[in-house]
Amino acid sequence: MLFSYIKGIFKGVGTLFTGMGVTTSYFFRPWTKVTQKYPENRKELKMVEAFKGEVTMPHNANNEHSCTGCGICEINCPNGSIELVTMFLVNEDGKKKKAIDKHIYHLGMCSMCGLCVKTCPSNALAFGNEFEHAVFDRTKLTKVLNKEGSTLKKGVE
Amino acid sequence: MSENQIVTPPKDIDLDYQDYVINMGPQHPSTHGVMRFLLTLKGETVDNVQPHCGYIHRGIEKMTERLTYPQIVHLTDRLDYLSAHINNEAVCLCVENALQIEVPERVKYIRTIIDELNRIASHQLWWAAFGMDMGALTTFFYGLRDREYILDIFEETTGGRLIQSYNTPGGLMNDLHKDFQTKVKKFIKDFRKVLPEYDRLLTGNVIFTERSKGIGYISKEDAISYGVTGPSGRGSGFACDVRKIAPYSAYDKVQFKEALYTEGDTFARYKVRMDEMWESMNIIEQLIDNIPQGDYAAKMKAVIKLPVGEYYQRVEAARGEFGVHIISDGNKNPYRLKLRSPNFSNLSAINAMAKGHKIADLVAISGSLDLVIPDLDR
Repeated sequence: MLFSYIKGIFKGVGTLFTGMGVTTSYFFRPWTKVTQKYPENRKELKMVEAFKGEVTMPHNANNEHSCTGCGICEINCPNGSIELVTMFLVNEDGKKKKAIDKHIYHLGMCSMCGLCVKTCPSNALAFGNEFEHAVFDRTKLTKVLNKEGSTLKKGVE
Repeated sequence: MSENQIVTPPKDIDLDYQDYVINMGPQHPSTHGVMRFLLTLKGETVDNVQPHCGYIHRGIEKMTERLTYPQIVHLTDRLDYLSAHINNEAVCLCVENALQIEVPERVKYIRTIIDELNRIASHQLWWAAFGMDMGALTTFFYGLRDREYILDIFEETTGGRLIQSYNTPGGLMNDLHKDFQTKVKKFIKDFRKVLPEYDRLLTGNVIFTERSKGIGYISKEDAISYGVTGPSGRGSGFACDVRKIAPYSAYDKVQFKEALYTEGDTFARYKVRMDEMWESMNIIEQLIDNIPQGDYAAKMKAVIKLPVGEYYQRVEAARGEFGVHIISDGNKNPYRLKLRSPNFSNLSAINAMAKGHKIADLVAISGSLDLVIPDLDR
């Protein structure tokens, strides 16, 4: 009885040291460290290409985008985080054509489901890699995606 | 709820003058979320546990009634966020079965692989948090360290770490990243070495075994009648693995053992999850080299309308059987969508498990059930 009691104590202490062995072995292997110093390594830190940070509208060098203002992204968004303000432009032939005035994107309501990017018929939207979204004012989370004075890319219908 | 009711104990319990009625939660760290247990204590012994949920009820089932089927998928991420991809898959499979669409083989393989990776990641976090519940802080760092590799793989392919929204009715959102296979193989090779380390760190530990063996016993009959599924049910010998009973995706093409223990205590539930991690790695290894070429999504109509009727699909999430029941009236959004979440049923057994144990053991018991509160409240 007493023997098994003492044996149990030694066995228990032994198991504690088995666990300690794991942590100690890591203590003497500093090259296995995986933690990163985040705010300091901001320059080297690069998100992967597919990372869903925010919805963006890529513009080319001539300040042209490919959004035709069809509104499919607005219909597909489950949270109502996309609002389109459209206008009618009159082109050289005198025909009226729908175009976007403002493509408003509420980042605060977006859940990054990716349906707007996936369903866009003219691939006007893409995901950006920005991940530091903290702001002091909630109104700053509402963004206008098309840049000032941007026009529709030629050949996109 | 009036202020009176907050501290009112259950009516069928006789209270002695030395009994306590106390709240555990809603902000208790070991309930892993906003969950309140109303405890009736006799001294230090738990006499009754009354779970109160609803603190983060978001009305997801009602919200789905105004969304289209592709839009619903992203909400199921927010149920059991640790098995987000598996929940996505349940909705997608349900819609695909209703429309009788055959998805490409490639989709089935990728879904199964990511399911199993998700299961490993979920069990790693559970192991980390469970150790911390029991007072072993080191496990938390080790578990999260290894989980990070899986999240990196997810991030590269799906664009999301925790919440992926990678499934869509008919297939997947985008194709695999070109490094996916090599990274998964490297992860499995590394994790096979790390998993025995988990055992050395915690499984054999005398404090851990003393606190988990024989604690929170539930018999097989009780587990079945309470609807305890997943690893918690299999710890009581209830063979309830949906992957075996009703194979979906590519589970009919792989060979794996269903981890079963008959002890029914906290340690058995722990062992089931540890074994499941090994089995998940086996499943991934069988599939990873055989991913067929082809499309990553089947052709779907722009507006998905299900035929009138009721459809049910169940999958094995990391915590148990997750079910989606869609009642369609032929429109583009469901008439009613019921979600069967594993945690809600698992929680119902906590009173039977904890009765007669010390209050410190309740933390171990609720930890071994692996509760995720957003799944419970929906």
